[in-house]
Formats: sequence, C-alpha cells, structure tokens
Amino acid sequence: MCGVIGLLIRDRALEPQLGSMLVTMIEALDERGPDSSGIAVYADDRTGDTPYTGRVKVSLGSDEPVDWGRLAASLEDRFGEAVRPVPFGGGLVLEVPPDGEGALNSFLAEASAPVRVLATGLNLRVLKDTGRPTDTCARYGVAGWEGYLAVAHTRMATESAVTVLHSHPFVPMRDLCVVHNGSFSNYATVRRFLLAAGVRFDSDNDSEVAARYLARRLQQGDDLEEATRWVMKEMDGFFTLVISTANELSVVRDAFACKPAVVAETDGYVAVASEFRALAELPGISTATVFEPRPEEVYTWSR
Amino acid sequence: MESLNCESLGTRAVNQRLRSLPDGGHALLVQPRGRHNLAVGLSSRISIEIAGNAGYFVGGLGGNRDGTGPDIVVDGFVGWAVGENLMGGSVRVRGSASQSAGSSARGGTIVIEGDASLRAGISLKGATLAVGGNAGAMSGFMAQSGVILIGGNAGHGLGDSLYEAIIYVAGSIDSLGSDAVITEMSDEDVLTVKEIVSETGLDHIDPTRLTKVTSARQLYHFSTHNHSAY
Repeated sequence: MCGVIGLLIRDRALEPQLGSMLVTMIEALDERGPDSSGIAVYADDRTGDTPYTGRVKVSLGSDEPVDWGRLAASLEDRFGEAVRPVPFGGGLVLEVPPDGEGALNSFLAEASAPVRVLATGLNLRVLKDTGRPTDTCARYGVAGWEGYLAVAHTRMATESAVTVLHSHPFVPMRDLCVVHNGSFSNYATVRRFLLAAGVRFDSDNDSEVAARYLARRLQQGDDLEEATRWVMKEMDGFFTLVISTANELSVVRDAFACKPAVVAETDGYVAVASEFRALAELPGISTATVFEPRPEEVYTWSR
Repeated sequence: MESLNCESLGTRAVNQRLRSLPDGGHALLVQPRGRHNLAVGLSSRISIEIAGNAGYFVGGLGGNRDGTGPDIVVDGFVGWAVGENLMGGSVRVRGSASQSAGSSARGGTIVIEGDASLRAGISLKGATLAVGGNAGAMSGFMAQSGVILIGGNAGHGLGDSLYEAIIYVAGSIDSLGSDAVITEMSDEDVLTVKEIVSETGLDHIDPTRLTKVTSARQLYHFSTHNHSAY
C-alpha cells in the first residue's frame, strides 16, 4: 500500500496548526504503511525577528545508534559558530551558511558517527524513522510543529529494505521532496542512465530514482510541471506522487490511476492524501472542495 | 436499534455483531472514521446506518441470490469498491464514492448520491448502480449485465469493452471507450430508468433526457483483425 500526504497552508493563521493537522492525516494512514515513515516540514527561514538567515538546514539521520550530543560537540570544535546543530526528531538539523555545505559534507564523510544527510533546504527539515508512523509522530512531538507546508509518507515496503535511508521523502536537491505510493518497473534502467550521468544515490529504492530524475530535469531548467511530465514519460509503473518545493505542492497519478489520491481544498489549506479518511478530521472539511485527481494530470498549488 | 462503536469494538467484532442480527434488525455504526471492510458479507434483511465516512469495500459481498439482503446507508464518503460483489439488498452513500463503486456487483442496488470516481461499475454483473453526480474515467469497464445510471457527467473511456450492461448518462460524456456506442433510447429504457429513479430517489434525473450507451459487440471474441482496437 503506502500512504502519501501533502498539506499546504494558505491561511497564515493555520501555520501553528500544521503539525496537529498533519498528525491526524498520518495516523489515518498508519495502517497503509506500518513499516516506516518520513515527515518533511517547510517553515519560513527566520531567527527570532530576522526574516531571512540564508542558512541551509541539513537534516541528519542514521540507521545506527548515534551519540548526537558528541557529534554536536565535534561539529562545534571544527566549525565553531558557523554550524549550528539544532535537535530535531531523533537526530539533528545543522544550520550552515549557504557556502558551508561542502566543508560540512567532507567532515561528515570522515566523522566516526554513521550519519547521513536526509535533506537539505533553506526552509525544509526532514525526519525519517522505522516503526509505526503513529509512534514516530508521538516520539518526536510532530503535533507541535509549525510551518506552511508538509509532506509525509507511511511505507509498506515492497521492493527494498525497511531502513531509515530507504524511507521517503527523497530530497534530491534543496527544498525538493518526493513521496511515492506505487512501484516503478523500469527503475533499474533509469538508474543506470542517471549513474552514468554522475547522479549519486542514497539507496536502491525505486522511488529515489523518480526523485533524482525529477531533480535532474529541474536542474536542466524545466519547471515543476514539465519535469513531472518527464517522469511520467520516462518512468514506467504505478504511482501517486506527491511533490513539494519551497513554495509549491504537486500531485500526479499514473495513466490508470492505480494508486489512490484525494484532494481537499479550502481557503485555509490544500490537503492531499491517499484516502479520504486522512482528510476527515481536518478543520472545515465539511465545506471543503473534495475531489480525486484525474490520471496523468499534474495538479500544482502555490503558496 | 443496536449501536456499535467501530473505534472501540474493531472491524471484526462489528461485523460479527451485524452477522448475528436477525431479519428485521437495525444497527447504527458510530465512529467509523473511514475504516475499511465495514458491514461486509451479510445476508440477513437488516438495516444498517453508518454515521460517518467508511473506507474500502463497505457493504461488499452482501445479500443473497434471490436479491434480498441488508440495506446499508453510509452518511458520508466511502473508499474504493463500495458494494463490491453485492448479491442483493442495497448500499446507499450520502456523500461521494472513491474508485470502483459497485465493482462486479451481481444483484441489489448501489446508490451514490454524490460523485463516483474512476471505474464506477467496473465488471458489473447484474446489479443496479445509480450515481446522482458525475462518474470518473473508465466507468462501466467490461460491465457484463445490469444498469449504470449517471445523473451527472461521465469521464473518458466510458463503457470500454462493454458486454451487456446498459449505461444511461444525463450529462456529458468526455469520450466513449473501445466498442461502446450511443444507441437510441426506447420507451422500455424510459420505463427502466423511471423505476430506478423512483426506487433511489434521484429524482433530479429526467428519464426522457438521457444518453444510452451499449456495446457495439465487435470485441466480444478476440480476433487478430481487431488488434488495433484493443
């Protein structure tokens, strides 16, 4: 199965409720994906009253136990004030200057801690964990999160291992998230093409191939809709994909709409989920415009 | 009237309690919260109201070969395949239905007061599927017998590879599927629809102003000559 979720807040007054709205959606799709989950949240880049810091948020995760306090201390030794470690989920988000990512990546590659970068972005933070998604939400206090956009995934694995690194969302470039319900049949072919073009992968997951293909199209100058159409053209399989950038939320389904998706739109928010039950507890749902996306039509909402 | 809380009892216990009700019994299901497989496989002549949204397969596999069975009303939305393989009785959805409403249903009546999504009435085998609003793409796919009545518009590929089921559409049709054709409404068709409208209460549908879609009967048997049509 798998569950996919997207939530874009339109009414700023709802931004403090993003986390609690998101948790009702994830809980409803828990049984669609009890193996693992991933949650991405976008919040404006600010520190106190300063609206723009320009710092890149680097979300870290691991499949092995990590002494995060010790890692934070060694980061401070090496980078001082330049890298700010902020506890997030079970791990850390590192806030680094825009040009500081390279040095950080070299440091992490050589560090003894077995950590991996789950996501980078100006506004984006990502956590992933194995186990029931409902438990993950409770463990990390997701209901208290604030922000203007979120995507989430509950995973029932079919083609690759159940680990943190195999969990969605995949973040192939800054502030771009992809979550997928379905399966791709020609992903090995597309993966070989991308590897030959110098693209690097974090896992052998089929959905990661679609995410990296999408990113490659975006980096070549496509807009989100064009890039998504290329994914439909080149990737063969069943999919509902929910895609987000720093200011857009998008959903697309394969030609036969083999995998479910429902959208609810109100003045306050746009919510996308695998099943209506994930939308049923949202505020104002009884007067929302509710519909199922048509096959092969790219739906995009901007902030 | 028995009131059953889906949240505290769980799906299996709810269905067992429903199964134990005698003919003429009533039950109210509360806190369904989009739960799948509610009120499935029931054969008694009971009435069930579901107070809220139901998930996949609600009312599926219900009823008997003689067309009798439970009458189920869902006061909300339903997920995929409401009334799948229904034999008798009825399922009424006061909201909208997700994909494959009434799939493979052999008898009884499935009423969707709102919209039905893609593949409504796929492989219908004799039941009546009445949709008050619109029906999504690929509806009526390979439907073998029975009637699909659509009070609104129909999406792309309506009636693809249709057998002997008949589809009536009040609104527009985005496109017909392979081997589906528009045929003229007869007086008998008007009578059939009048009966369905009266039974289902979808009285915004005017039985005299419908488009009838049936099989062109060109693709019944595989032939290499037809290869390009598949």
